[in-house]
Amino acid sequence: MDIELPNNIILTKLEPFFRWALSHSIYMFPFGTACCGMELIAVNAARYDLMRFGVIPRSTPRQADLMTVAGTITEKMAPLVKRLYEQMATPKYVIAIGSCAISGGPYHYDTYSVVKGVDKIIQVDVYIPGCPPRPEAIIHGFMELQEKVRKGK
Amino acid sequence: MGEERIVEIKTEELLKIAEEFKNKGYTYFSFMTAVDEKEKFSLCYRLSSLENKNSITIKVKIPRDNPVIDSLTSLWAGANWQEREVYDLFGIIFEGHPDLRRILLPEYWEGHPLRKDYQDERITKRPDFY
Amino acid sequence: MIKTEELYLNVGPQHPSTHGVLRVIVKLDGERIVEAKPDIGYLHRNFEKICESRTYTQVIPFTDRLDYPSSMVNNLAYSMTVEKLAGITVPKRAEYIRVIVAELNRIASHLLSFGASGMDAGAFTIFLYCFREREFIVDLFEMLCGARLTYNYLRFGGVSQDLPEGFIEKTKEFCNYFKPKIDEYEDFLLNNYIYSQRAKNVGILKKENALSYGASGPVLRACGVKYDLRKDEPYSVYNEFDFDIPVGKNGDCWDRAKVRLEEMRQSVRIIEQALETIPDGEYLNSQVPRLLKPPVGDVYHHIESPRGELGFYIVSDGSSRPYRIKARSPAFSNLSIIPLISPGLLIADLIIIIGSLDPCFGEIDR
Repeated sequence: MDIELPNNIILTKLEPFFRWALSHSIYMFPFGTACCGMELIAVNAARYDLMRFGVIPRSTPRQADLMTVAGTITEKMAPLVKRLYEQMATPKYVIAIGSCAISGGPYHYDTYSVVKGVDKIIQVDVYIPGCPPRPEAIIHGFMELQEKVRKGK
Repeated sequence: MGEERIVEIKTEELLKIAEEFKNKGYTYFSFMTAVDEKEKFSLCYRLSSLENKNSITIKVKIPRDNPVIDSLTSLWAGANWQEREVYDLFGIIFEGHPDLRRILLPEYWEGHPLRKDYQDERITKRPDFY
Repeated sequence: MIKTEELYLNVGPQHPSTHGVLRVIVKLDGERIVEAKPDIGYLHRNFEKICESRTYTQVIPFTDRLDYPSSMVNNLAYSMTVEKLAGITVPKRAEYIRVIVAELNRIASHLLSFGASGMDAGAFTIFLYCFREREFIVDLFEMLCGARLTYNYLRFGGVSQDLPEGFIEKTKEFCNYFKPKIDEYEDFLLNNYIYSQRAKNVGILKKENALSYGASGPVLRACGVKYDLRKDEPYSVYNEFDFDIPVGKNGDCWDRAKVRLEEMRQSVRIIEQALETIPDGEYLNSQVPRLLKPPVGDVYHHIESPRGELGFYIVSDGSSRPYRIKARSPAFSNLSIIPLISPGLLIADLIIIIGSLDPCFGEIDR
């Protein structure tokens, strides 16, 4: 195009624009079951303030773009995790926080009731290791997800 | 520090002796549990009297092939969930329990995992370092 | 006459105010609860089975993850039980360090519970205030052992490291900073008209029922029973400190929150006294063998965790691994009260009750 544009107008395609907008207003469904849930609360509370990244906690999966699985998933919980995931509207993302959600963590061996990683049930986009991960690590995980959203799945 | 006593009794006497202790002031039901001793199950009840600061541990042994014992739910309401837990993990039947269902594991579960001979293909054995 | 039907409502297991993964099956008549049945076990990680294949020392990190808001107290309960079984003595300085960290952790846990009970009633600000102070304590623990939540700090016969440089000054600073904050919380939540209207006379628990259900901790003390293991069966060096046991009158949700608040005051008192009188010396009993093999036998020891009577029952067969470990969890017994106290109340009151019982599912389901 040969039109002269003023400085405050940016031209882009519609889809990257939507992705950019989504990456800065992620509605999170915090699914904290165990210890890592505590750190997820701490990230949302006073000092770390996850909301400044545009991540807003919603208590229902139907209004969320992102499900954060923080904590151990047991056999009794597994069908419910799948159902909650299926209730979310696309595009949907999943973050697995902590060793338990990644692989079973300390409960990997000698256990009969723990699911060895939430990726056995649902598809995971970002893994945040740690037992539990520090809030800085969780924030880093969210920024990785923002990057992923911006680039498209 | 209050005194601590251990009483070992027979299976049939449990309800009677427990009631006697309750009347003596042991109104606080602390906990109960079971231990798998290969041939037998050993059950352990702990009662406390907060006024006298005394505690008592009642121990009962029941055979493995017929694990049935009287329920203490009629005396202490706290025994309800504790007995359900022991039923869930050890498979001990409590006679007279109002609602003997699994509490921690899902309803469809087979077997009682805290028994020493419990087998399950879900268990990944940990490599032994020590 | 209009014929009405009773309705079953399923609360949880994923619900923002069940403090974890509790499911309650509620039978409703209009908005009144007829029957409430808690369904637990969604976080059953078989701690007790795992312990049978670990050595005694390897169990300590698993106790961290039982009652995760107060890991230090769990470490303490387990270590003291094994010490009682194996006859290990603990140096005086280590006992003082243990008391300091246990009381700091009690404050952290009560802050969480207090803030969350406010959030259940719709007061979000108090939650953020409580977390601001909690981060201070977490920083202190980070100085001590490098971890924010799961500390793994205690060892048999002492603690893993001595207090770092500047810890005592920093803790004193915290105590001075925190004391006026407690009064602020009291004004903010307990004297708040909305909160007291919602929490007073809700979920009243009678003394006899509390005893029969085996309730302990703030839930029992709110009913007016002055029972605290720190005073009644003094363990560690608690008999050297001067502190009170706060009790409630009615045993309702407001009293439980009040007892927790007062306990924070008393914990600060204990910490201040311990910091003044902490002796020099060893922090770890160096005689303890690397691979501990306690004698054959069984032992039960209990201490006062922020939730109540936390005990461990250990059976040893003389080998390096425990034959059986049973954790007597206070929150398990406290939660079993729900079917008793909730009938007749409104469905919104159930959320307040669950918050006031302060359940922690790592410990209930184990």
